[in-house]
Amino acid sequence: MKIMKTLAAGMFAAFTLATGASAQEKTEITIATEGAFPPYNLTRPDGTLDGYDVELAHYLCDHMKIKCTIVAQAFDGMIPALNAGKFDAIMAGMSATEKRKEVIDFSMSYGSTGQAFAVLKDSDLSTMPLKDALYSLSSNEEGARKAVEELKPLLKGKIIGVQSASIASRFIDEYFKDTVEKREYKTTEQHDLDLIAGRVDVIMASMGYLKTAVEKPTNSDIEIVGPRFQGGFLGAGSSVGLRKSDTALKAKFDEAITAAKADGTLKTLSMKWFGFDLTPQ
Amino acid sequence: MDFVFLYETFVTLISAIPTTLQLAATSVALGTILALGLALCRLSGIAPLDWFARAYIFVFRGTPLLVQIFLIYYGLSQFRGVRRSMFWFILRDPYWCAIIALMLCTAAYSAEIIRGGLLSVPHGQVEAGRACGMSRFLMFRRIVMPLAVRQSLPAYSNEIISMVKATSLASIITIMEVTGVAAKLISETYRAIEVFIVAGAIYLAINFLLTRIVVLIEYRLSPHLRQAPSLQPVAAGEMR
Repeated sequence: MKIMKTLAAGMFAAFTLATGASAQEKTEITIATEGAFPPYNLTRPDGTLDGYDVELAHYLCDHMKIKCTIVAQAFDGMIPALNAGKFDAIMAGMSATEKRKEVIDFSMSYGSTGQAFAVLKDSDLSTMPLKDALYSLSSNEEGARKAVEELKPLLKGKIIGVQSASIASRFIDEYFKDTVEKREYKTTEQHDLDLIAGRVDVIMASMGYLKTAVEKPTNSDIEIVGPRFQGGFLGAGSSVGLRKSDTALKAKFDEAITAAKADGTLKTLSMKWFGFDLTPQ
Repeated sequence: MDFVFLYETFVTLISAIPTTLQLAATSVALGTILALGLALCRLSGIAPLDWFARAYIFVFRGTPLLVQIFLIYYGLSQFRGVRRSMFWFILRDPYWCAIIALMLCTAAYSAEIIRGGLLSVPHGQVEAGRACGMSRFLMFRRIVMPLAVRQSLPAYSNEIISMVKATSLASIITIMEVTGVAAKLISETYRAIEVFIVAGAIYLAINFLLTRIVVLIEYRLSPHLRQAPSLQPVAAGEMR
């Protein structure tokens, strides 16, 4: 009987301690990253973590005046582990999708690659206008529509390859439905192959993916062209994943990311790691 | 069970049935012609033809159809020579690549089934035909072929059914047949069980109809297994 009481008291104490801790101001947190998703995050030969996520995490922690420990974790188990309290935040190039938002909370976006087009270098589409322009479907819908209208005559009757059920696929459905013929592939590598083979005229995928894809020696004939699109249903981009109960921490991260955006840290870091600007618009 | 969702899924998948049926019908039809040729090569007694057919059957029966589809679709297109050749206008099209892969594969299996059927024709009947002075072709058409078809029909119906199911592999080269549309629906709704149940039911229905048709043909081709229709008793007065 006595044991039961002690146990119950102990559990109660542990519970109040746990909930009390999350409500308090934190001075020390643990951030999880994957360490195997370059250039977002990677593990150096000496075992230390590096990459866009990691460097930015150090900046954000300095700004928030919180002591951070960054640990490497497998990507697929990260969300349950966050909710189980193994660490306090996720920075692993994780996109804030609706599905994930049902389980955890996200800070504002700290990096948006957007969706871009790629064609063969000798294709008549290689001179696609609006090169490197970035349109947001949420903040500049009208501009995005205008850009789409400008591209339509060029893409008329062309075959476009996208990954099945990707946001690029949905973008084509919503904006180019009667203009292009859409082919859906299981993986992005497969539409690269068919672009080279000439079965599709153009592909659309995440800029982050295309940037690494065109670097591959087998894809040397492919180049990225035209404008990029982001925002709205294309997703808010990479964000810090947080427990739903940690509202104070979310506010701090949002504030620090706003600062990083304002002082150009996001731009500098993304130019360093990706070679183009990831700053969300 | 969400019956509204099941119904909507069913309506969406129905639109893909013609593609599935077309793939199966075209590849089985072309495959059978090729198979007949291969079976005749095997039985010709001419060594090079026999060995060619043996090698073909060995390769296409021994490798997975999935691998064959990948090699024909993604593999051949890697070569600049193929892309510049006169065959490219066919190989460029995912639909024809699927037909070619399915046809080549089913021909290997069907060739052996047809060969078995041809070998099962009793010698006595062939001799009887010869005794009647039939030409080789006439004998093939009237005696050997009908008997061989009857013998190989059960095994051949297996092959047709497995081809209907094999068309589902065409979805990996962007063809939107029943499985392709089902996979797309799943990635949009995350409801794998309901969608696959409906897709499975559609294949089941197609194959049910197919087996009924084969049973009907088998019935028509085997009158000798049924009791002969009883003759009208002859009136006693006419016996004389």
